[in-house]
Amino acid sequence: MSSGARTVAITSGKGGVGKTFVTANLACALAARGQRVLVLDADLGLANLDVVLNLHPKLTLHDVFTEKCTLEQAILPAPGGFSVLLAGSGMVEYSRLTPEVRDKLLRIVELVKPRYDWVLIDTGAGISDVVLYSVSLAADVLVVATPEPTSLTDAYATIKVLATQQQRRHLGLVVNQANRPGEGRTICTQLQTVLSRFVDTAGHSFRLDLMGEVKNDAAVRQAVLRRQLLLEQSPGSDASQGLRALANKLIG
Amino acid sequence: MTVPSSGPLPALLELDLDRSLQLLDQAGAFLPDAEPYSLAWLQGVIDALADLSNRDPLTGLSNRRNFEMQLTREIDRVARSGEPALLLMLDIDHFKKVNDTHGHPAGDVVIKAVADLVAQTVRPMDTVARVGGEEFAVVLPNCSASFGPTVAERIRRNVAAAVIEVSPVLSLQITVSLGGAFAPQWVRSSPLLWMERADRQLYRAKAEGRNQACLEPQVESVVSADEKSMLFAVMPEDTP
Repeated sequence: MSSGARTVAITSGKGGVGKTFVTANLACALAARGQRVLVLDADLGLANLDVVLNLHPKLTLHDVFTEKCTLEQAILPAPGGFSVLLAGSGMVEYSRLTPEVRDKLLRIVELVKPRYDWVLIDTGAGISDVVLYSVSLAADVLVVATPEPTSLTDAYATIKVLATQQQRRHLGLVVNQANRPGEGRTICTQLQTVLSRFVDTAGHSFRLDLMGEVKNDAAVRQAVLRRQLLLEQSPGSDASQGLRALANKLIG
Repeated sequence: MTVPSSGPLPALLELDLDRSLQLLDQAGAFLPDAEPYSLAWLQGVIDALADLSNRDPLTGLSNRRNFEMQLTREIDRVARSGEPALLLMLDIDHFKKVNDTHGHPAGDVVIKAVADLVAQTVRPMDTVARVGGEEFAVVLPNCSASFGPTVAERIRRNVAAAVIEVSPVLSLQITVSLGGAFAPQWVRSSPLLWMERADRQLYRAKAEGRNQACLEPQVESVVSADEKSMLFAVMPEDTP
């Protein structure tokens, strides 16, 4: 095992559940606790971390891949006190998992790990091979889901694949847009019940941990529309508290 | 490259190979048929030592040490390439009965015959190893998920169909049970974990009556109707 940053992949079965929103604000919350954080945008097909953070990068992961710039040049400071490596446009050609893409992503993660306390990997949605591969680069995984039935079904499918194919022994769940306090707990218990009933993890134990619950909050919509970090825009909101609690729980 | 095979090189004469030669002699290995201390002879000694440390003497297959090395290498490869790789564990059914009824020499003949049958059934690139008394393992690199059950079943069938001539007056037919698991793709797993998973399937094949092949069920990303109905069984409906 290599040393350095703790690597956390943030993924979701369904798109549009706030995966990138959670990633960016989690990075901000970790940075606020004095941690050195890098967010790696591994959503190669439909990258939008730059949109969430209102950044207009000149150099991106694409330029690193094509060796137009060095890794150092493409790592940018983001509002919120953390660093980002954005996928940028033009990465669509890398949205298929070729050996080249695998090697490059692996190399980049290995290169940045010694320099940070946390490397957050924002993966694409779904369970394509690129998503599964970028998840496999991380030691820990957070699956983001909303209480909506379609989101839960897709999160369940993702968890199932990660538990069996990657033999993950535990995964973290973040329930976004929770309608009432405690809904995250209910959902997590429910998912765990169905998983233990239907998923054969080949004998080893499997645990789904509720790592965070982010309330459905009007402040979130405002921050997203203004392309601001929620933690900077409305630090006192319920959703901000949920995100800080998530960061605290990760730090332990 | 040409290797001078005439007289021994003076420097080589200073080597003390007594222990190695003694070891090879005791193991019944063939000593190289060349001028002692010539390069060709030395190469032969080294090859024989390598064989001795990697091969099972009875069957000529890889031994457990070499097998575990291959397994580690394969895990490295799978982690990097994402290619599917299958590990099969195989056990001769009721082998104790063969030994008890016909004696250990007969048991050895059976083991050797199974080893040959398995090795003939798989590809040259696959590693067949004897990992225990009557237990074998096969590592199959770049073996697709759909091909797994076919190859396992082919091994089972070929062994079951063979008539093993133990002596001019004794022929035996035996069966094997097989268990298999694919390496997790893109993840650096451990040889131990992979073997455990294949072993678990082997136990399943034994428990289900022997003479069969069981493979670990493949990953299903489809969510069944049963799973869905349970998932939403007690979901709260209170949206504000």
